[in-house]
Amino acid sequence: MSLQVENLTVYYRTLRGDVQALENATFTIADGEIMGLAGESGCGKTTLGHSLIYLKPPMRFIEGRVTLDNEELPIWDMERMNEFRFKKISIIPQYAMNAMNPTRKIGKMTAEILESRKVSYKATLPELKRRLDLVELSHDVLNMYPIELSGGMKQRMVMVLSTLLNPSLLIADEITSALDVSTQKAVAEMLVGFRDRGFVKSLMVITHDISILYQIADSIMIMYAGQLAEKASTQVIIHNPRHPYTKMLIGSLPKVGVKHSKQRLAGIPGKPPLLLNPPVGCRFRERCPVAFDKCFDVPPFIEIEPGHFVACWKEFESNA
Amino acid sequence: MAQERPKEVRSEFLYFALRNRKLRVGLGILVFFLLFAIIGPFLTEYDPNTYAGPSAQPPSSEFWFGTTTFGQDVYSQFAHGLRSTFIVGLIGGGIGTLVGVVIGLLAGYRGGMVDEILNMLTNIVLIIPTLSVLIIIAAYLAVRGILTESVFIGLTAWPWAARAIRAQTFSLRTREFVDLARMSGRSSLRIVFTEIAPNMMSYLFLVFILQFGGAILNAATLDFIGLGPTRGMSLGLMMNNAVLWAALQLGMWWWLIPPGAAIAAIVGALYVMNVGLDEVFNPKLREM
Amino acid sequence: MLKLDGVSKVYRVGTFGGKELHAVSNVSFEVPDGEVVSLIGESGSGKTTIGRMILRLTPITSGTISFNGVDISTLQGEALKDYYRQVQGVFQDPFSSYNPIFKADRIFRIVREEFFPGMKDQEWNGKLEDSLKAVGLNPAHVLNKFPHQLSGGQLQRFLIARALLLDIQFLVADEIISMLDASTRIDVLNLLADLKESRGLSILFITHDLSLGYYISEHAVILYRGCVVEMGSTDRLYNTPLHPYTRMLMAAVPRLDKKWEKVEVELRGKQSQITTGCVYYDRCPEAERSADCLTHRPPLVQVEDDHFVACSRYME
Ligand SMILES: Nc1ncnc2c1ncn2[C@@H]1O[C@H](COP(=O)(O)OP(=O)(O)OP(=O)(O)O)[C@@H](O)[C@H]1O
Ligand SMILES: Nc1ncnc2c1ncn2[C@@H]1O[C@H](COP(=O)(O)OP(=O)(O)OP(=O)(O)O)[C@@H](O)[C@H]1O
Ligand code: SF4
Ligand SMILES: [Mg+2]
Ligand SMILES: [Mg+2]
Repeated sequence: MSLQVENLTVYYRTLRGDVQALENATFTIADGEIMGLAGESGCGKTTLGHSLIYLKPPMRFIEGRVTLDNEELPIWDMERMNEFRFKKISIIPQYAMNAMNPTRKIGKMTAEILESRKVSYKATLPELKRRLDLVELSHDVLNMYPIELSGGMKQRMVMVLSTLLNPSLLIADEITSALDVSTQKAVAEMLVGFRDRGFVKSLMVITHDISILYQIADSIMIMYAGQLAEKASTQVIIHNPRHPYTKMLIGSLPKVGVKHSKQRLAGIPGKPPLLLNPPVGCRFRERCPVAFDKCFDVPPFIEIEPGHFVACWKEFESNA
Repeated sequence: MAQERPKEVRSEFLYFALRNRKLRVGLGILVFFLLFAIIGPFLTEYDPNTYAGPSAQPPSSEFWFGTTTFGQDVYSQFAHGLRSTFIVGLIGGGIGTLVGVVIGLLAGYRGGMVDEILNMLTNIVLIIPTLSVLIIIAAYLAVRGILTESVFIGLTAWPWAARAIRAQTFSLRTREFVDLARMSGRSSLRIVFTEIAPNMMSYLFLVFILQFGGAILNAATLDFIGLGPTRGMSLGLMMNNAVLWAALQLGMWWWLIPPGAAIAAIVGALYVMNVGLDEVFNPKLREM
Repeated sequence: MLKLDGVSKVYRVGTFGGKELHAVSNVSFEVPDGEVVSLIGESGSGKTTIGRMILRLTPITSGTISFNGVDISTLQGEALKDYYRQVQGVFQDPFSSYNPIFKADRIFRIVREEFFPGMKDQEWNGKLEDSLKAVGLNPAHVLNKFPHQLSGGQLQRFLIARALLLDIQFLVADEIISMLDASTRIDVLNLLADLKESRGLSILFITHDLSLGYYISEHAVILYRGCVVEMGSTDRLYNTPLHPYTRMLMAAVPRLDKKWEKVEVELRGKQSQITTGCVYYDRCPEAERSADCLTHRPPLVQVEDDHFVACSRYME
């Protein structure tokens, strides 16, 4: 087991109280697995990704245990995590493209990051160049400033940078959402290539674009309002989802070859709840077409078939 | 509920401002010295420049901070000096900041001709030898007050601030929120002051701190070569005198330390406040 | 109606502005009243530049853009403000659209101050609530927050709500759904389509995803390196794409019914600069490329009703 997360609960502290952005998450990512993490905006995907590596205020660690390659990660301790960051677990943050320091040349920035981890830039340079070739970036980018790169180039650069030390786990947060379709395809396929070449052991690909996950992910985990709803292999999630939310989510995806004037696709009615004061029980209850009284308790995240986890009372009932 | 109510915003700002320790500490020190500068001079009967007693006395109940080599009362010098230092710092630094900010913002936002003209003006002021101009002006004015001195200092110190702010403005004006304001029909002038300037708040305050410090030091130089206020006293002048008459070598620490410590404490307090303000202005840095 | 006539934009780049970058070259098309037209192209093809020129945020180098017959480059002062009452835009990156030190709902206050100075609180609040609901936001969730406390999707819908506060006739929607999640994507697309139906709103829908363009619009313009390479009805473009670039864009759309084919996307080619000949020459996989491709820039010619293409293979 590469990554193992148990009962992870993380809140945001605000003036008006705690935002319960991640509640009791328990899941694993196997060696070599590319796990997609999808869900509506604001459901806590970034929170989950970040909490594994940069858990800092206003984020607040409530409880949970995270082990990576059988070693417990002290995620609640920003200092101690330094040892793991970048070397064992790495993240490409959402909007990383715009976060690069505009006054530093790419090469200099890389050197600084490496040296802050006590790794020699010189010794790493040949490997760096080899990887730039792999993502079809010319070596000249090292002498360029971030603004001189296009979005796709920056994204590939960040990919190379964050995997330079061959971490066990790479968390890629929305790295394709700002790219055009052709670059998206190239970048997504490069992620798979990184896994295949062993630059990273496993990947957590956060995106709202399920159709991209369908192309590259081995498994997909769906979140709703801070709770895990379902996790299964990609085929199962797309073709045979069991959680009512997943079903509606898959149904709402824009389909190729459909026209609004002929067939109007439907979104999911209603809105996700406020996480400052979320409803008790299953948080999907208010929008769920099949909810019943049992749903006032929180449904556990249970493996109903090998590798297929669901948190839904209705599903448990029909399975029983 | 719908729109942001200014009162609420202000109170939230105040809430964070008052909770911020750096800001509280900085403000505390500053207020202490400010009160000292206002009240201090009334607590002594001695004039800062007249010879009040025996020379080179260490602090005593008669002369609280001791006396100088010439028998002047150090406490009186200090209290009066602090007052004029504050005046020079606030007025001189204030003018320098204000002019620099306005010119920098306009040049940076408008670009083109406006930028070129303002840039030229900045360069001219920058290369004029400040001191000689001041000497010439001083020669024409028989009686020089602390106010005149402050205005002079402010009017010659703004160029670097204008430069720095222009560069900041340049990078901010391409941000999309500025486009959004333009599409709301906001006038350029309003965009500059309501969209761009607030983003530089802590930077502007830093500029003010540097201008404040610079003004104090400039005033010290002017005072020292006799171009300061007629019969004036300032902390800078005190320090210069102390150094000149080898106070340290003679063991007269009481002459040197009060003005030095006060300048350091005031500028230091301003810096700490700046860091604190940064946290208050930038919602992302606020400690929850 | 919005009309672009031979519009070009040249940026001066390089150390002393010595080099020219043709971001948009001789682009002509129109957006009739009450229609959605998609502007589709890869990154860097000049889509945003066209949108910004329409919004008067970037000056035009040559050509004219006219709105209801009026050349928009002549608008000043009140006339320009009046133009913004009718024409608004929403941008791609929701984060830089907000001033980070203010609360996000300040964008509404600015609109109120500038366009509705006399309006009563109650009336304004109702209006604001309506437009927030129209974009699928719960006012209680989202008002009175700083931009970093809201998700990208929420911020993006804020921007649409802002445009709806005005009585707009034309909206430039620049990649507004690329940062939204799947379920709200459809909602926002439907929202745009509904606004078109109910208000007769015209929309320039900028996207890189051909299938989204197909869903929402009847007409589309395909842009590559600032040039229109194909244009016409979305049915034609979608069912019989003629330009090799359009076909490549089609193949790259991630879909749920089939996996990507193993076509290599040549990323390096995107960087090079072609001065003569077809703009797509160095990436074009067409085997029977004629010598013309390299020497003559193919003009946009009509191949069938409502379908134009700029490729030497379709010139008589
Ligand atoms: N700094 C913060 N303070 C308070 N609440 C926050 C903060 N950051 C995020 N939240 C809230 O936590 C919840 C989860 O946010 P998160 O950013 O993890 O969502 P996400 O799934 O990544 O969304 P998106 O797809 O839009 O990126 C949201 O309801 C959001 O409003
Ligand atoms: N202010 C500017 N100065 C110089 N060049 C610019 C400027 N703005 C845009 N460009 C260039 O013009 C070209 C077109 O850019 P534009 O932003 O219009 O493309 P786009 O199609 O919107 O791409 P994306 O999908 O990435 O948003 C690009 O090569 C870009 O680098
Ligand atoms: S637990 Fe109940 S409310 Fe939640 S998804 Fe299942 S049926 Fe619906
Ligand atoms: Mg996120
Ligand atoms: Mg763009």
